[in-house]
Amino acid sequence: MSVVADDPIMTDIAAPDVPSRFDNPALMRGRRRAEIRFQLYGLAAIAIGLAFLVILFTSIIRNGWTAFFQSSIELPITFDAQEIDPDGNRSPKALAEANYQKIAYAALYKVLGIDPANRSQRTAANALLSREADSQLREMVTAHPSLIGQTKTVWVLASGNADAFMKGKIDRALPQENRQISDQQTAWIDKLTGDGIMKKLFNAGLFTNTASSQPETAGLAVALLGSFYIMLIVVVLSVPLGVAAAIYLEEFAPKNRFTDLIEVNINNLAAVPSIVFGLLGLAVFINFAGLPRSASLVGGLVLTLRTLPTVIIATRAAIGAVPPSIREAALGVGASRVQTVFHHVLPLSLPGIITGTILGLIQALGETAPLLMIGMVAFVVDIPKSPLDPATALPVQIYMWATEAERGFVEKTAGATIVLLVILAVMNIIAMVLRNRYERKW
Amino acid sequence: MVEISVGPVEGASPAGPGSARPDTAYKRPPKATARNVSVFYGEKQALFGVNLDIPDRNVMAFIGPSGCGKSTFLRCFNRMNDTITGARVKGEIKIQGKNIYDPDVDPVQVRARVGMVFQKPNPFPKSIFENVAYGPRIHGLAKTKADLEEIVVKSLKRAGLFEEVKDRLDSEGTSLSGGQQQRLCIARAIAVSPEVILMDEPCSALDPIATAKVEELIDELRENYCIVIVTHNMQQAARVSQRTAFFHLGYLVEEDTTDQIFTNPTERRTQDYITGRFG
Repeated sequence: MSVVADDPIMTDIAAPDVPSRFDNPALMRGRRRAEIRFQLYGLAAIAIGLAFLVILFTSIIRNGWTAFFQSSIELPITFDAQEIDPDGNRSPKALAEANYQKIAYAALYKVLGIDPANRSQRTAANALLSREADSQLREMVTAHPSLIGQTKTVWVLASGNADAFMKGKIDRALPQENRQISDQQTAWIDKLTGDGIMKKLFNAGLFTNTASSQPETAGLAVALLGSFYIMLIVVVLSVPLGVAAAIYLEEFAPKNRFTDLIEVNINNLAAVPSIVFGLLGLAVFINFAGLPRSASLVGGLVLTLRTLPTVIIATRAAIGAVPPSIREAALGVGASRVQTVFHHVLPLSLPGIITGTILGLIQALGETAPLLMIGMVAFVVDIPKSPLDPATALPVQIYMWATEAERGFVEKTAGATIVLLVILAVMNIIAMVLRNRYERKW
Repeated sequence: MVEISVGPVEGASPAGPGSARPDTAYKRPPKATARNVSVFYGEKQALFGVNLDIPDRNVMAFIGPSGCGKSTFLRCFNRMNDTITGARVKGEIKIQGKNIYDPDVDPVQVRARVGMVFQKPNPFPKSIFENVAYGPRIHGLAKTKADLEEIVVKSLKRAGLFEEVKDRLDSEGTSLSGGQQQRLCIARAIAVSPEVILMDEPCSALDPIATAKVEELIDELRENYCIVIVTHNMQQAARVSQRTAFFHLGYLVEEDTTDQIFTNPTERRTQDYITGRFG
C-alpha cells in the first residue's frame, strides 16, 4: 500500500516498484480537471457579478454626477425701488409680493443686449432663466431690505433646459425643431459662457432645497431629514428591544414548545414582505393610534418592526458564538447568570451585535414600500422640524423623482441614488471598523 | 518529561506521594458528604445512588472509563449541573454539614464556596489581573484597590504563576501558554478562597511539562484545600491523590486510599480497569 511505502521504516519491507492500488492516471486526470473546472465556474460567477456591479455603478454615476452641479448665470441685478416697493414704506407684504422674476429678466435682457420691446426675443431669453429666480431674489431682499435701490451681481439659476444644454444632454447637431433650445438660445448661451458669466457651480441646493416642480431647485433636504429621524427612531427602539429579546431567548428562556414557536416566528418575521409592515403601520399607528400621516415617527415605528427580527437574529447568533467555556468559567467563580451575561457574554458578542444592528439599519434605510403605505410619498415643501411633521425618505424621494416627466429629474434621480449609496457605504465601513476594533479572540 | 510510574503508587511530586503517608484523612470530619446522589439527564439516568465522604486537606481522585458518571458527579458539588437543561439531581450533598440542594441555598453562593477548574483552560479574554480579580470583585471580598491587588498577587503566587507573569499583569490571559492558562484558572478559583476545589481533567489539554507543574501545584494546594480531581490518567491519580474513587456505568464501585485501590482493590472491576483490561 502506498501509505506504508511512504513510511521510511517500512520502505524496505514493501517492494517499492509494486504499483500502488491508487495509481489510476485516468482517474487522477479526471479529478484534476473537475477541480480546475469548478474553479473556473467560480471565477466566471464572480466576474459576471462584478460586471453587473460595474455596469450599475457606471450608469448611475454617469447619469448622476451632473446633479451635483447646476448652471447659473451671473447677472447684475438692479433692485429697482420703483418695481419692488412703489409705495416706499418697505412693508414686508410689499417685499414679499413684488415680481422679482421681472427684475431678473430685465438684468438678463441688458446682458444679452435685447430690446425689451421685442416680444419673441424676450420669451426666448426668459426661457434661459429658472422660474425660481423669483424666490431666490425674494429671499435676498427680505433678508436685507437695504439692497433695494442698489445693483448687485447675483448668480441666478439657469432653467432646466439651459442646464441640460450646458451639461451636453441636448445635442446641438439636431435640427432646431427637435430640440428644446433654439439656435438663438444656443448662441446666447455660447456668448454667456464665453464671457464667463454662465457656469456650472456646485449644487448645494441638492442638499438644502425641499420639494419643487422645477428640477433645478428640487432638493433632498426633506428626504435626508426624514431618513435621519427614521434611523434615529429605529436605533432607539430596535436596539434595546432586539438585544434584550435576544439575550432572554438565548441565555434565560427555557427550551420548550412555546419558545420554539417564538423562535420560528421571529425567523419568519424577517422574511415577511415589507409592504405588509406598511399595511400594519397604516392600520395600527395611523388608523388606530391616530398618529399623523406622512410623519417620520410612523415611518420609524414601522421600520423598527421591520428591523427587529434582523437585530434579534444577529444578536442571538453573536451571543451563541461566545464559547460555553466562558460562561462556565464565570459561573464557576460564583457569578450569577445576569453577571455572566453582562460581564462576559455581552462584551464578547458586541462586535456581532453592532454589525447586525448596522446591517438592519442599512436595510431600513433602503426600505421604500412600507413608507409608501403610510403616506411618506408626498410633496413636502417645509423642512420637517420634528418627527411628527410630514416628510419623505431618501428611497421614496428617488422613487418620486424617477416618476417625474421633466428631463432634469433624470439626473436628480441618479444623483439622489448616489447620495443614498454613499450613506450606505459609509454605514458599512463604520460597521466594519467597529467589528475589527472590538473583535476578540479566544 | 514526566516520570511515567510503572508501580501503582509511585508519585511524581518531590514532596513524595501523599499516599505513602499513613491514611489520616478521616481523623477530621469529612469536608463534603454525598448521600444517595442520583443524576438524570432528561429520561436517562447518569448516576445511581452514590454515597461518598470527601476528606478535607486531601486530594480525592475520581477515575473510571468515559461516560461512567465521574464528571457528572463532580459537577454535583457546585451545582453546575443546574445550568444544563433537563438535568436533575436527587439525594443530598453536604458541604460543611449544610445540604447544598436545600431550597434556601442559592446555587450562585455554592459556586463561590466551591471553586472549579475545567478540562480546557478557559481564562476570560481579559487581562491576567482581571481574570484573578473578577471573583473577589463580584463577591465584594476586597474593600480597597490595594486589598484586591494583594488577593491577586497572593493567588497568583499560590498558583505558582506570579514569577512568570509579574511583569505583564495587564496582558491578556489568553496570551499565556496552555499550562500557564490552566494555572491562571486555578489562581482565579482560589482567589475567592473556596472551601472545595473541583478539577475536571485539568491536565488533559496540557503537555507533559505543564502537566507536571499543575500536579505539583495540586500537591501544594492540598495543605490548605479539599480537592477533588477527575482524571482519565491513572498514573496521575496515583501521583496526586491520597484517596481514589472508581466509577463504572454510573455506579461508585469502590473508594479507598489510592494505595489500596492501585495495589489491592476489593472489586474485580476495579482490578480489571486499573490493569487496563477495559477502559
